[in-house]
Amino acid sequence: MSDSQPAIVVENLVKTFAGVTAVSNVSFSVAQGEILGFLGPNGAGKSTTMRILTGYLPASSGTATLCGIPVASRPDEIKRLIGYMPENNPLPEDMRVAEYLYYRGRLKEMSRRKLGPRIDELLELCDLKQVRHRIIGKLSKGYRQRVGIAEAILAEPPVIIMDEPTIGLDPHQIFIVRDLIARLRGRMTVIISSHILPEIEKTCDRVLIINQGRVVASGEPEALKRELLGPARYDVELIGESADFAAVLAGIDSSLQITSEEVPEDDGFRSLIVNADRDEDFSEPMIRAIAADPRFRLRALRRAHPTLEDVFLAATKRSWDVIDRPAAGQKVEILKN
Amino acid sequence: MRHLLTILGHEIRMLLVNPGTYIATVLFLAFMGFVFANILDAYSTDPQIMSPSIAFFEFFWFPVVFMVPLLTMKSISEERRLGTLETLLTTPVSTTEVVLGKYAAAYLLYLCLWASTGGFFYILHSFADDPRLLDPGPLIGGFVFIAISGLFFVAIGIFASSMSRNQAVAGILGVVMLASLIVGLRLLAGVEALGAEAFAPARAMLDYAQVFNHLEDFTRGIIDTRQLLFYLSGATLTLIFSILGLEAKLIHS
Repeated sequence: MSDSQPAIVVENLVKTFAGVTAVSNVSFSVAQGEILGFLGPNGAGKSTTMRILTGYLPASSGTATLCGIPVASRPDEIKRLIGYMPENNPLPEDMRVAEYLYYRGRLKEMSRRKLGPRIDELLELCDLKQVRHRIIGKLSKGYRQRVGIAEAILAEPPVIIMDEPTIGLDPHQIFIVRDLIARLRGRMTVIISSHILPEIEKTCDRVLIINQGRVVASGEPEALKRELLGPARYDVELIGESADFAAVLAGIDSSLQITSEEVPEDDGFRSLIVNADRDEDFSEPMIRAIAADPRFRLRALRRAHPTLEDVFLAATKRSWDVIDRPAAGQKVEILKN
Repeated sequence: MRHLLTILGHEIRMLLVNPGTYIATVLFLAFMGFVFANILDAYSTDPQIMSPSIAFFEFFWFPVVFMVPLLTMKSISEERRLGTLETLLTTPVSTTEVVLGKYAAAYLLYLCLWASTGGFFYILHSFADDPRLLDPGPLIGGFVFIAISGLFFVAIGIFASSMSRNQAVAGILGVVMLASLIVGLRLLAGVEALGAEAFAPARAMLDYAQVFNHLEDFTRGIIDTRQLLFYLSGATLTLIFSILGLEAKLIHS
């Protein structure tokens, strides 16, 4: 597998279940060693796409290629290249942790001699040493998730696909899992899906937002924030006329615009949102200009840092609007990076 | 087929760890022990025509109809319900290996349970000095029948398990299918309406499929290859249906 070849290529993937289109013309590619995050509302088609990539479900049409090997025609080879952790992390309740990892290792065609030390290494890595002989059914959620992740990375496959690995975990456990996943970067290509947006933002190199079976946004989190929410946003609270304020802003920079304002509160202060076209920080010039002007009284000015949640809401909202329009005969737009 | 042994070893270990197996074993041995004791009781009071072995195996159908579903109902339906079938099938194993592995494990357990009833005959042999009581012929014939018919019955149990996500439904389905095969067909053969000329081919098929007739022949020492074929082809067909049915459920899930 050459370094320049992307690890995963998906083109025009379609999957329909009994008339319902779960995945509709999804296309993306993942470079080697990259960590890709799948975001989307429930029922958007994330799990279905992941299942198609693992060869578990056949697609209705389209192609998916893992490390150059097509999934549809050579599923057996694909299964030797992936580590998969499904949603809800199903584990057999009767087995012990080490026993389960040994069984999975044998199924993935690892040799007995290598399997023992590898399991010890994994138990150390995933902090499962003290529960290695405990029955899986008796483990707490955090331990079970770590067992699922350990099982996915057991055979050191080139591609790892995890469906909601941090769901139901407390913040401390999320930190451990995030650390585990970040360590895989470069060596293995990882696709994670999650609802926990701050985690996706911190862990993933690129993000793919899926809604109603379509890709609605894809790219690096920073790039997406700039694209969907504007480069810079400032939240201002002051007493004064908006028209005067607009004039002052124009004096600082022509790109500063007041995009929204609230009704003044009881104490006279009102909240405004100012957007800029450029990344440059205008906080200081704005504070100086407002402080120098006797017409205004400033209480707060801060540069808003949009989160991935804002991106997500903006992207899915736009796609709800866009998708509602086809009834009027308009073309549906799909954002691609 | 490389993973078949791995899966088989795992399934056997899981069956041995499961309390349901031991419940099935105890109930089975209790029932068959009771039957055996009753047979000996009858033999000690009046002389009988058949040897004890033949009379013992006449009752095979009752434990088979209830025990085989108990052993097999959990195998596939539990994996589908928990979702572990998904993790299993994303490793380099095929559905064929999974179904055959579970089938082989259940069948081996079935054989072990019946083999343990050999203990009854051993006890009889060591305590009674009468050689007429222990006929090796019908005994061996009886156990051969159990081994061969077991191939088909356990396959039916596995098939029932692959039909549903719910263990109880799989169990009841297994009971119904086995009961219809073993007892139902016999009752059907007694229906007079089927004696009419028009039903001759159906009648011939029905007579061929009579499990109790097979038992009689086997215990008399007649190993008929036609009857052998009945069980082997039945088992193969049922397993093929299980594998295809499982794959169909996956494709349309």
